[in-house]
Amino acid sequence: MVELVWLIPMLPLLGFLILLITGHLLGEPRAGWVATAFAGASFIATLIVLVGLLGKDSHAGGRSYEFVLFEWLPAGSLKVEAGFLLDPLSITMALFVTGVGALIHLYSIGYMHGDEKYSKFFLYLNLFLFSMLMLVFGNNLVVTFLGWEGVGACSYFLISFWHRRESAATAGKKAFVTNRVGDWGFMIATFAIWSALGTVTYTEIANSPAMSAATGTAVSLLLFVAAAGKSAQLPLYVWLPDAMEGPTPVSAMVHAATMVTSGVYLLVRMNNVLTDDALLVIAVIGATTALFAALCAVAQHDIKRVLAYSTVSQLGYMFLAIGSGAYVAAIFHVITHAFFKALLFLGSGSVIHGMHDEQDMRKMGALRIAMPITGATFIIGWLAIAGVPPFAGFWSKDEILLAAWEQKNIGPLLWVVGLVTALLTAYYMSRQVILVFFGDQRWDDDVHPHESSWTMTTPLCVLAVAAAAGGAINLPLVKDWLVLEHFLEPIFHHPHHFSSGTATKIALAVISVAAGLIGISIAVLSWMKRRIPTDRLEPEFLENAMYVDSSYARVVGGPGTTGFQKTADFDRRIVDGGVNGLARAVMKLGQLIQPTQSGYMRNYAVGVALGALAILVVLAWGLL
Amino acid sequence: MSLIAAQSASSFPVLNALILVPIIGALVVVLLPNSRPELMRPIGALFSSIAAALSLYVMAQFSIHQPGFQFESIQSWIPSLGINWHVGVDGISLWLVVLTGLITPIVLVAVDPHHDPKPYTAWLLLLQAGSFGAFLALDLFLFFVMFEIVLVPMYMLIGGWGYDDRRYAATKFFLYTMAGSALMLVAIVSVATLSAGDQSVTFNVVELAERQALSTNTARLCFLAFALAFVIKVPVFPVHTWLPDAHTQAPTAGSVVLAAVMLKLGTYGLLRFGLYLFPEASVWAAPTLATLGVVGVIYGAIVATMQKDLKRLVAYSSVAHMGFIVLGIFAFTTQSLEGGVLQMINHGLSTGALFLLVGMLYERRKTRAIEELSGIQSAAPIFAGFFTVVMLSSIGVPGLNGFVGEFLILIGSYDTRRWWTIVAATGVILAALYLLWAYQRVFHGEPTTQDQETADLTLKEGLVLAPFIIGIVFLGLYPKPVLERIEPAVHHLISHLEEHSDFVEPDLGQPVIVIDHSSSEDDH
Repeated sequence: MVELVWLIPMLPLLGFLILLITGHLLGEPRAGWVATAFAGASFIATLIVLVGLLGKDSHAGGRSYEFVLFEWLPAGSLKVEAGFLLDPLSITMALFVTGVGALIHLYSIGYMHGDEKYSKFFLYLNLFLFSMLMLVFGNNLVVTFLGWEGVGACSYFLISFWHRRESAATAGKKAFVTNRVGDWGFMIATFAIWSALGTVTYTEIANSPAMSAATGTAVSLLLFVAAAGKSAQLPLYVWLPDAMEGPTPVSAMVHAATMVTSGVYLLVRMNNVLTDDALLVIAVIGATTALFAALCAVAQHDIKRVLAYSTVSQLGYMFLAIGSGAYVAAIFHVITHAFFKALLFLGSGSVIHGMHDEQDMRKMGALRIAMPITGATFIIGWLAIAGVPPFAGFWSKDEILLAAWEQKNIGPLLWVVGLVTALLTAYYMSRQVILVFFGDQRWDDDVHPHESSWTMTTPLCVLAVAAAAGGAINLPLVKDWLVLEHFLEPIFHHPHHFSSGTATKIALAVISVAAGLIGISIAVLSWMKRRIPTDRLEPEFLENAMYVDSSYARVVGGPGTTGFQKTADFDRRIVDGGVNGLARAVMKLGQLIQPTQSGYMRNYAVGVALGALAILVVLAWGLL
Repeated sequence: MSLIAAQSASSFPVLNALILVPIIGALVVVLLPNSRPELMRPIGALFSSIAAALSLYVMAQFSIHQPGFQFESIQSWIPSLGINWHVGVDGISLWLVVLTGLITPIVLVAVDPHHDPKPYTAWLLLLQAGSFGAFLALDLFLFFVMFEIVLVPMYMLIGGWGYDDRRYAATKFFLYTMAGSALMLVAIVSVATLSAGDQSVTFNVVELAERQALSTNTARLCFLAFALAFVIKVPVFPVHTWLPDAHTQAPTAGSVVLAAVMLKLGTYGLLRFGLYLFPEASVWAAPTLATLGVVGVIYGAIVATMQKDLKRLVAYSSVAHMGFIVLGIFAFTTQSLEGGVLQMINHGLSTGALFLLVGMLYERRKTRAIEELSGIQSAAPIFAGFFTVVMLSSIGVPGLNGFVGEFLILIGSYDTRRWWTIVAATGVILAALYLLWAYQRVFHGEPTTQDQETADLTLKEGLVLAPFIIGIVFLGLYPKPVLERIEPAVHHLISHLEEHSDFVEPDLGQPVIVIDHSSSEDDH
């Protein structure tokens, strides 16, 4: 059954092709159902392949299969194949990508109702799913890069989907160009690996001798540049908050659950080349991003922007885990985050839908009554992200904090940053839940909030179950319950093991739960009970995300644009001016000597005489 | 079997026919009565299609694993000077010949000159013939004649069917490129006579390359003279400014052929007459030329970003893209050279298609100014879709052709020109910037009434663009048939370089030693 792996990405590709040709004929809602069917079929194919893979012996690389379709880029000794790598890591990624992806397809059928480009939206969604699966299943860096750029292009299409709006068009372009900075890192890393190891294929890289320390660190950091672009880490995160201009299902699927975790996937896939020096850098940037984005999320008013900064923050956690060597914890959080963040985004979409496109939380309140299913499922998502046991987020976040604690250089510091982030996360998410679903109605009289249709609420319910119980795939303390860890173990050369004793583990878990509860309490006291004045809880500095993005904009719009314009002027005035100047000089010279060709015989005769004289003088000089 | 095919093929001088058919076509068109203007383009398209079919025949009969020249044909021309009509094709020129074959009939069908169809058609046919000749010539003198001949039809096309500033642009184009090749003629005569020694004088490229009879300094000087002609043609920074004017003022057909075919004469020339004739001098000059290529990548992209005219923007993007090819050529590795040759084709497809698309937009709106256009995607979604695919190809998104060429160039250059490569790779960021920004301003946003009335792609236009799209996707997904025909010629060129200079291609991609899993864990 494992041979069917090619079906997983090809089904959404087929859906894309069908919609490309017949999309405008199918129209609403059939185009949506076609796309959803192919996404769902891809999920079923993934399950079948998973069953096949589980049937294989897990020892001695028994669960790693390569399938080569054809030679893609053969040039001399470089052999790049179009091939798939099926192993525990890729199937794990594919499971939640297709599962959550199919749910979001279903949700979009209702959400995109009445849109003039209805079928086109689903065409992009299918293409995105295909690209994401190529990224995950590629058996070498270049096929992964194909998916990597493919999801980037789809992200661009989907963010600027409502391109008549200036801000949407700009956000799409910004996302693509910022991501390209990361892609530069990806490309140079690929070149360096090929130069050092003579291969770009994952299994061969994994079995190669280590690169020199300098090369290894350079490659690791370049891969992290790639990851920082795609997974929105400092300093390249700026495109993600703006990406919220896209329709909300896009935010849920592309910018929360799947694409933005590609960077995490890439680093985990390449775990055996990452050096300790690079890991420390990754841990520090991950932790800093987590804290930074959580602080920004505290003061946002737009329901989606809170979630966007929250996503940046949670991705920071994942890189903190990688930097601490806990790759399984990172993937675990990728999965739980996919569940609860997709749930929260889809919930916010349901709210926006029900509120007739209102996104400002200050104009919401008490929506749990008008939208009971959305409200209840959103609350489950909130409990999951806030780290309340036994919801999914608690387990994965707890593992990351433990890994940070055990990081050998600056462990306790990383742990504190992670803990503060956890507190902030609980706080800002509680604030959001209270502002949206509790308190007084603050919307205008002409708005009539209503619950969404079943195509939208069904995915919410499924994801709510996953967000509540998703932690079960990797429960600590009892060894056999670490299902995910055992499943993924074969892909690591040096599996990570926690060294702390049970007492420490429990103590750390208790502290992190306490931090979460403190965060929730502060939010309840300030935003619900109004015991703490709220006017100073939304400082402008944080609302503007510490002016990072606006500083970039000022540099790009100021010196950047000026520099580009100066270069263009230089080209016109100096480079081309020089050419035209030369042409003019030649013409001037011609005009200057033109009078010598006067046409009078006597003038020429004088010339001949003078010339003859000159020759004689020269000859005489030679004789002397 | 293949031997028999090759022999029977050699009995029919297909390459000569390739050059002659468009010339005959041009004569036929000239002889057609002026009262039947509607016949001109169809007849012209017919003849150039025959040439296209012949070029496809050459492709089909081309023997994959043979590094040397195939379909060679030699006729004595000026025997007293050792000048022959000598043509042949190898893996480096094969695809350029196919491209030249296919582009011309498409352009003839696609673009309406609006006036004087007879000379327009005749000039385009002569352009096709001259380009074939330049790519096929294996005699230096013949090459020079062809290299210069193509200037005339292009000059006429720009001057006769171009836009407002066409006279200035045509003159500039002619004089600039002519000035570059003046010194090349001196070098050609020098190479031929100085290489002779006690043998007879020959202009035969293969023989001259094998002789390597020039002293180091003479060879370097001659190389510089050749290189100057070619870098102007490419064009390489800082001798590129004829290109934006020529491209912008040329009629659409001129722009397409200029981008797709004529610029390639420069990069092709650097390979065939630079690296092959002067291996030592090429290695000597490589750092400078690679640097100029990389400067072109960045500089062209920056200047493209600030352009206000769509055609000028595409023209400057050409400077950037051709810079990649120059880097690839002077990195001297199998991958970089294969990528370079492939990228010549890729650039022809994507930039050619971009010029066609901009031309179609101009036909509808009579403007190319970015600021006068807005929201075209809402009015003409299919047109926007075609534009998007071509744009993504030009940006270098994997799965489309542009990526394949750029990737091979860069990965190949990384070992011999590491820092150049790292800088050049930033060009991919800039490419996204200038194209997406232009796309946003023209296609996104709210359309004005005028924009709203912009008609979508017609069926005929779709059919014209279809070959480009097919090529873009096919070469992006399965470039192997093209690469495996380029490879023997590139290998041959590199071993030629290694033989005649101190350059050694780095040995990469050897199977790495697989170490035992368990033993590596013991270390820790």
